[in-house]
Parts: sequence; C-alpha cells; structure tokens
Amino acid sequence: MTASPSAGVGVSTYTRVCRLDDIDVEGGVAGLVAGDAVAILRTHDGNVYAISNYDPFSNASVLARGIVGSRSTAEGDVPFVASPMHKQAFDLRTGQCLDDADVRIPTYDVRVLDGEVLVGPPQEH
Amino acid sequence: MSPQFRRRLVVVGHGMVGHRFVQAAIERGLTETHDVVVIGEEPRPAYDRVALTSFFEVGAEALSLLPEGEYDDPRVELVLGTAVEGFDPETRTVLLEDGRVLEYDELVLATGAAPFVPPVPGHELPGCFVYRTIEDLEAIRAAAATATVGAVVGGGLLGLEAANALAQLGLETHVVEMAPRLMAVQVDDAGGATLARHIESLGLTVHTGAVTSEVVAADGRAAGLSLKDAETIPAEVVVFSAGIRPRDALARAAGLDLAERGGVLVDERCRTSDAHVWAIGECAAPAGRMYGLVAPGYAMAEVVVDALLGGPGSFTGADMSTKLKLLGVDVASFGDAHATTEGALELVFADAVAGVYKKLVVSDDGRRLLGGVLVGDATAYGVLRPMVATPTNPGIELPDNPEELILPAGRGGVELGLPDEAQVCSCNDVCKSEIVEAAADGTTTRAGSTCGSCKPVVKKIIEEYFESVGKVVDRSLCEHFPLTRQELFDVVAVHGYRSFDQVVEAHGRGRGCDVCKPAVASVLASLVGGHVLEGPTRVLQDTNDAFLANIQRNGTYSVVPRIPGGEITPEKLIVIGEVARDFGLYTKITGGQRIDLFGARVEELPAIWRRLVDAGFESGHAYGKALRTVKSCVGSTWCRYGVQDSVQLAIDLELRYRGLRSPHKLKGGVSGCARECAEARGKDFGVIATEKGWNLYVGGNGGATPVHARLLAGDLDTETLVRYLDRFLMYYIRTADRLQRTAPWVESLEGGLDRVREVVVEDALGLGSELEAAMARHVDGYRDEWAATLEDPDKLRRFVSFVNAPDVPDPHITFRAEREQSVPGDVAGPVSLGTTVPVGSPR
Ligand code: SRM
Ligand SMILES: Cc1cc2nc3c(=O)[nH]c(=O)nc-3n(C[C@H](O)[C@H](O)[C@H](O)COP(=O)(O)OP(=O)(O)OC[C@H]3O[C@@H](n4cnc5c(N)ncnc54)[C@H](O)[C@@H]3O)c2cc1C
Ligand code: SF4
Ligand code: FES
Repeated sequence: MTASPSAGVGVSTYTRVCRLDDIDVEGGVAGLVAGDAVAILRTHDGNVYAISNYDPFSNASVLARGIVGSRSTAEGDVPFVASPMHKQAFDLRTGQCLDDADVRIPTYDVRVLDGEVLVGPPQEH
Repeated sequence: MSPQFRRRLVVVGHGMVGHRFVQAAIERGLTETHDVVVIGEEPRPAYDRVALTSFFEVGAEALSLLPEGEYDDPRVELVLGTAVEGFDPETRTVLLEDGRVLEYDELVLATGAAPFVPPVPGHELPGCFVYRTIEDLEAIRAAAATATVGAVVGGGLLGLEAANALAQLGLETHVVEMAPRLMAVQVDDAGGATLARHIESLGLTVHTGAVTSEVVAADGRAAGLSLKDAETIPAEVVVFSAGIRPRDALARAAGLDLAERGGVLVDERCRTSDAHVWAIGECAAPAGRMYGLVAPGYAMAEVVVDALLGGPGSFTGADMSTKLKLLGVDVASFGDAHATTEGALELVFADAVAGVYKKLVVSDDGRRLLGGVLVGDATAYGVLRPMVATPTNPGIELPDNPEELILPAGRGGVELGLPDEAQVCSCNDVCKSEIVEAAADGTTTRAGSTCGSCKPVVKKIIEEYFESVGKVVDRSLCEHFPLTRQELFDVVAVHGYRSFDQVVEAHGRGRGCDVCKPAVASVLASLVGGHVLEGPTRVLQDTNDAFLANIQRNGTYSVVPRIPGGEITPEKLIVIGEVARDFGLYTKITGGQRIDLFGARVEELPAIWRRLVDAGFESGHAYGKALRTVKSCVGSTWCRYGVQDSVQLAIDLELRYRGLRSPHKLKGGVSGCARECAEARGKDFGVIATEKGWNLYVGGNGGATPVHARLLAGDLDTETLVRYLDRFLMYYIRTADRLQRTAPWVESLEGGLDRVREVVVEDALGLGSELEAAMARHVDGYRDEWAATLEDPDKLRRFVSFVNAPDVPDPHITFRAEREQSVPGDVAGPVSLGTTVPVGSPR
C-alpha cells in the first residue's frame, strides 16, 4: 500500500511504514519497503533515517535493533547506528561504515508527513 | 649555503625505508640545501608493509604512511607509478621508464626486496602469487573468491602471514616448508613444533620437510602442488613465500659492487662503491649482510641523512628480534635465539597442554641474557628484549632466578624496573628515557608505530610516568564521557539523575554510543531500578537486554528460563520440551545447569514467554550483565559426603540476586563439601560447605583467563554469609569498571583481596549497612522482566518482524536440520520479498 498524494513530494513511490511516534527517539524499527527489509531510525535532533536492515558483516538482518548515537569525526558529529551483532558503526546519513572504508550499505529516502513516516526508493550517494 | 648552490638528491623507491629517509631529511634540515626527488614504482605512496595483512580488514588508506599524498615541504617532489630503469654514475643521471632523465648530486637506492620464487615448473601459472604489495593482496583476494583450497610455499615468518591471510579468506590452507620446522630462522625445533601444533589446531595443514617439485595445472590454471615423495596437494591459489632477494639490479647494471649473497654492498655509512650513491633498506648489504626487517632499514636511513649533513653516524649491525602474532599465536625470537654463543646455557619452560614454549639463552655465568624464543605466550618479550646483552651492549644483569622470567605468572614472575637507557622500541630505536621525556613534554615518540609489539610496555611506561607526577591517566569510558564507570556511578548517585539525557548533558558530549549507553543503563538499573524496557532507557540497551533474550548469528534469539540451582521438576521439564517442540526451537543443556532454546524469531518471543511464564518460569537473564546462575551440587540431601544442603542455598542465593545488574555478568556456585562438585571456586562467588557452616570464596571465573576464587571468610552461618555477599556484590557494582569481572576488579583495588575483606567483613569504611540496604531495595523491587513485558502493550509493540507487516516473518532467517533439530541456514546477502507482500501502517 502506498501513501496518498500530498504536498508536492513524489509520494506515490513512498511506502507509509509507521507513525513517527512508533519509533523511539534514538531507537529504530524494521519496515518492509518494496520487499526490502529497511531499518528506520530516529535521532535525538528529530531526524529520521532509513538504511538497509542488512548487516553485511554478520550476514543478518538486524540493524534496526542497534544502538543509535553520535561519533565525532573530522567533519563533526556523525549520527550512527552500531550493529547489534558485532558493533560495526554505520553513518545513518550515507550508509558508510565508519569502521571500514570499503563498506557502505544502501540508504533510502525518508519523509515525515503529518506524523507518518514514508520511506522512498534507495538513494544514490 | 645560498640557494643557487642547491644540490639535488634523488631517491629510488618509495617504500617504508625511502619514506623514512625523506622524513628524516626534512626533519633534520637536509632539504635546506638539497632538493629531493623521490621516484616510486608502486602506484601509491609508501605504506606500512609490516602490517600488510591487515589490508583485508582496514583497507589501503589506513596503511598509508603518507595519507596526504605529498610531503609538507615544497622542496620534496614525489613521482609515483614510475620505475627507474637505470643510472649512470659517470654522468650522474637517472633514467626513468617514461624516458625522462634526471641529474643528481647524490643518489639513494631504497628499492627494497622482491619475493623469491623457486623456479619450479608451473610457477608462472595463473593462480600463483607472491605476498609483498597491496596489489598482490588484491589479486589473491580476487582469486580466493572462487577457490576452496590454498597453499603457501614457505613456512617462514612471511609464509605464515600469507597462510593466515588465505585462512582468513576462507580457504582450506596448506603450508609447505622445505626445512624440518616452521620459522627455521627465528625459532628452534621445539618452538617450531609448538607453533605447528597451534597452527594445525586452527585447521591449517602443515607439511614440513616437504619439497615442492611442480605446480600442477588444470585448464591452464594452478590446480595443486606436487611434492617430492608425498601426495599432491590440491590448491587453486598458490602463494610463494620462500624468502626474499634484494632488488640490486640497478646497481649491478651500473657496475657497483654487490655482496656475495646479493644486495648492494655498502660501508658503515651506507655508501656504495661509488661515492655519490648510497643504499638503504632491504636492497642494501652493509658488510655483506642484508636485513629483512624494517628497523635496520630505518637505522640506515638515519645514517645516510647524517652522513649527508656531515655527521658521524654509522651502521654496525642490528637487532634482528621479532615478535608477532601469527594466526593468533604469539611468537617472539630475540638475540642469540639459537644459543650459538660459546658456553651459552638454555633455560626452557614448556607446557605442551597450553601450547606454550619459552626458552632463554643466558651466558655461562647466568648473569647475562643472550637471547630467547617465546611461542604461545610472548608477554615477557617487552621486558626481556631490552635486557639482552650484545657484543657492544652489556644489557641488564639478570635476577638471581632468571627462570622466573619465563614461568607462568602464578608461579613467580618478577616485575623489572627498566633502566632509562633500555631500548624499548627496536623498530624505531627509542629508549625508555625518550618515552618519558616525550610524555613530560606532551609530545610522542615513534615507539609503537611500526610493528606494535612494544606498545604494551610503552603504555605502561607512560602510565607509570603520569602516576609518578600525580596525574591521572585517561581511563575514559568512550569519546562521550571523560569518566570511568565508577565516576559515572558516583555522579549519577550524587545528582540523582534518572535518564541518559540528563547524564550526557551534564557530564558528556554528543549522543552516546554502544559503549556508554549500556553502561549508563546498567548504572541506572543499579541505582534507580525499574524495568529495563521502561520509556527512554530501552534505547540504551544492547540488543540482548532490549529483547530480553540472546541474539544469535542469524538474527534470531535464544530463550533461557531460570532454573534456580539447576533443580527442576519433571513437569517443568516437560513444559520446556513442549514449548521447544511447538515453536521448532533447538534445545541444548547449557554449561550453566539449565536449558537454552535457540532460534526464536523476535515476533515469537512473547508467545514463547507466555507459555513459560504460565508454567511458572521466569527470565534466566542469560542476556544481561546480571546474575546468571548459582550452580549447585546435589549436597547433603542425597550425597553420602555432603555436610550441608547446597541445593537449598544455591536456590536461595539465585533467587535473592536474580535480575541484579552489574558491570559484567555474575555467577555463583555452592558445593556441599570440600570435594567441590559445583566448581564454586570457578565463580564470582563460591560457597563451600564445612562442618560448621560455609566458606565464602570470591573473585573466580572460567572463560579465557580462568581464576580460582579466594577465601574471603570461613565457617559462616547462613545469615552472615548472605550479609557478606550482599556487601561484596554491591561494593563490586559500585566501583568496578565496565565489563570488569570480579577477579580483575579485586586485583585492581589497592590492597586487593585484603581490601575487600576490610570493607566487606570488617566494615572499615562504615559502608556495610548502606550496601545491605541497597541490596534489600533490589530484592524488594525485583519483578520478572518477561512477565512485566507481557503485561505492557507499549513494551510488546517492538516484538514484530516488520512494523508495517508484523506477521510477515523476516525472509532472511532460514533454518536447516542437523541431528534432528533446526539450526541456522546459510544466507548470503539481503533477501528481498519482492513487492507482493501487502504492507500497511499500524494505527
Ligand atoms: C549458552 C552457553 C553455552 C552452552 O551452550 O552451554 C553460553 C553462551 C554464551 N556465552 Fe558463555 N555460555 C554458557 C556458559 C558459560 C560458562 C560455564 C558456566 O557458567 O559455568 C562459562 C565459564 C564460566 C565463567 O563465566 O566464568 C562461560 C564463559 C563465557 C565468557 C567468558 C567470561 C570471562 O569472564 O572470561 C563469555 C564472554 C563474555 O561474557 O564477555 C561468554 C559469552 C557467551 C555468549 C553471551 C556470547 C555471545 O555474546 O553470544 C553466549 C551467548 C548465550 C546465548 O546465546 O544464550 N561466556 N559461559 C552457556 C549458558 C549458561 C547459562 O545457562 O546461562
Ligand atoms: C607481509 C610482510 C610482513 C612483514 N612483517 C615484518 C615485521 O613484522 N617486522 C619487520 O621488521 N619487517 C617486516 N616485513 C619486512 C618489511 O616490510 C621490510 O623490511 C620493509 O618494507 C623494507 O623497506 P624498504 O623500503 O627497504 O623496501 P620496500 O618497503 O619494499 O620499498 C621498496 C620500494 O621501492 C620500489 N622500487 C623498487 N625498484 C624500483 C625502481 N627501479 N624504481 C622505482 N621504485 C622501485 C618498490 O616498488 C617498493 O615500493 C614484512 C614484509 C612483508 C611483505
Ligand atoms: S561436593 Fe560434596 S556433597 Fe556435593 S556432590 Fe560432591 S561430594 Fe557430594
Ligand atoms: S618494536 Fe616495533 S614498533 Fe616498537
């Protein structure tokens, strides 16, 4: 089921996944978006991010169950989720693994409209 | 000298030593008078070849020695991806492969070495590799992706590194060594045998005394190694690591003198037979000998810079000590490891069971250390290597019982104060006083930056220095909190904080991480109590706590109901069996006297708990940093030797401390007599029955570093025992570091176990009643976490596969059958369900 069109964002390709309130601040939920398992995570500053739920290090679909936090880098604080399996950290904005420059996971576009979380197609970086 | 007289220095080779040469030239002012041009054949700037194997984990960038790609000095020019084809000492010119010709005033050869590939038939087939550059590793990785078996020809230091890499890449791995033992250069026969046993126990196959006669081909690719007088080994990936040869071809073509066994012959100042040509690193042979380690190369680089500045430096030989971790096994060799010195004596400690072999070579009077070999446990290396006596250095006099230096810690072991001039880092020639001076100036030395084997000693020296001047050493929890766990505990207690936000805003920075959040959650649990999934604290929990179960490799969870003291009725056993059967769970008796049910999907957990809770079970906290089990023996009820009812006490203690959150997990045990069938002394707290009551032991554990618990107090009545235990556990919870079990915690206290006894038994701090009150609060506040979750829709909300398709099982989780039970199936890569599954937003 897809969201009803509104407010000029190409909503028709977006899946309505849950209400914003369904996601704990600095917590996450797993959603099914066009058949993909997607982790949707919410940060303290009110942002919502969607990344693949699949942790390539452990081969398990678990990232929505990781701990969300921030890591300081040369470019400032990066919001990240640590895999619950072996703790590798992923940048929520880009899917880049912060512990291994060679690993990056897919991210998805997210919109919050009227308290509903909509997840769109995978993003290019 | 004025600028018009600037001279040009050309360096051939931008490897580890070439790079060090340029660095030293800049730092020591040689670029004030010289323009430096560096020509490197590899496509990237110098990188840490010593750590080459970690390329697979950290990638190329992390290995770079010059991450900026250029030197911070405009007078140095770096030309990469270009080989030097030759040079002419007559015209002082260098010819580059792209046809350019460069004039030089001084030429430094730093061309390193190349792996030696024995000319066996088939050595050039696709599938054959060497192990020297990042490009080599990339090619090996690509080939390994479609291969199942690999073989390394050569069982020396580098061969074992390569074997390690092949095993890491998932290949079944063979090591083929011509000599009768592994690492023939560094270790002796017994050490080599210990190493081989270790390596074989990791699943690699070692063939010693084996001569490779041919690489067998199939479809035009390598398919195996045929050995002389032995079976052929199948292998699609073959790595040759049979030693190295100095890259001296440029010097040879230019007519310079070479050493008999290869390498550019140089004098003590690293000058070749041509006065304007120098050679350093693995391509050079000072006094006819080449050195296959980086430290001597660095020393040569410094010597040449010194010579060009008119200084007196000279290179007269180097320490060939090595310490490394090969396939997880510590191996070290230093000084005269083979006892070739006249009159040398050997002291050997061997523990075949633990796979440890240690040998010291000492002088005939037993006063001087000449060398040694350590396999399986090389912790003593940092202390031993600086003590070694050489012809030019008397070393440090040995203590009266030098064997104590290699005995396991429990049987002696001495702390040695290193003298100031002791060389701590052999790679970079840094001695103790330089490290202390740098610490005092707030700068750093190069110590530890190359092979890393000296790091523990360097760290200790720095910590000792700071402690000696009364400064506190940084033991911060993580980047978000400049506090130890104990300090965190104190600020939370003093300020009465109740949430992570309050704590991080007042005492930390950023938004926390997977280290500090669970630590704060544990502190809040100890001080505030309440359910771990309550409101904002649930996002602080590790996944195990967040789902009140233990995560498994495929993302499912295991469920462990509490079975206090290991005692269980037949009815309850039947319920566990039925639940496991109905949900298709794998069952196993754990090492903790209870039953683990594996393979539950997140969305199945509440239904499983419902069945268990209804039958009178509760959470066993197998997931939390909390009390796990109190193991019992059957005791006086049945056992003909038992003197007290150990089962009753184990049950009482397990129920008293269940749910108690702590810095690390806690385990207990109670034995009914001194025969100790409950292995109570292997637990954080252990109780052993006596004729008069109970003996209480504390600070034991199993795991990687087993420790026996030690007697805290004897012949206690049950009430006193419980009082002491309450105090002991609360004292630990308040003051231990994150993930520090009771044994290292007791060790870390000034005064150790005596201090614990003062506080717990003698109540020297007057804290006794406060600690008991804290425990009483815990006991009163305890509620089963599973039952409480089942009653609360807000907590249950999260136990779904997908928030918008709560009944669709995660397709990524699959199972297969093994020994009549279901176990995780193998799935590689994310699994997509396609768009056919209807999803909706929950309201
Ligand atoms: C299930 C079990 C193995 C089994 O099939 O028997 C087990 C399984 C795990 N153990 Fe264990 N240990 C189990 C008994 C033990 C024992 C034996 C005992 O308790 O008598 C020991 C040695 C005793 C000890 O702890 O001192 C033991 C020493 C460890 C250690 C090393 C602790 C140490 O201080 O060195 C770890 C690692 C850690 O905790 O950091 C560990 C960690 C783990 C973890 C949590 C690893 C992980 O993160 O996945 C495993 C997950 C449990 C799960 O999925 O349910 N497990 N583990 C046992 C569960 C007992 C129970 O009923 O709760
Ligand atoms: C896997 C592995 C593990 C090791 N582990 C250790 C260890 O634990 N401890 C230790 O001390 N040592 C170790 N070593 C050895 C250490 O890496 C070498 O001693 C060190 O790299 C030597 O430095 P170098 O500059 O002389 O040679 P290199 O680092 O090899 O640099 C030489 C450079 O010159 C270039 N070059 C050659 N010919 C030309 C030309 N004609 N024109 C332009 N460029 C040219 C080469 O391409 C290369 O980049 C290890 C080596 C390997 C491969
Ligand atoms: S510890 Fe003692 S009482 Fe307990 S089972 Fe063993 S022998 Fe019997
Ligand atoms: S001894 Fe190798 S880095 Fe110090």
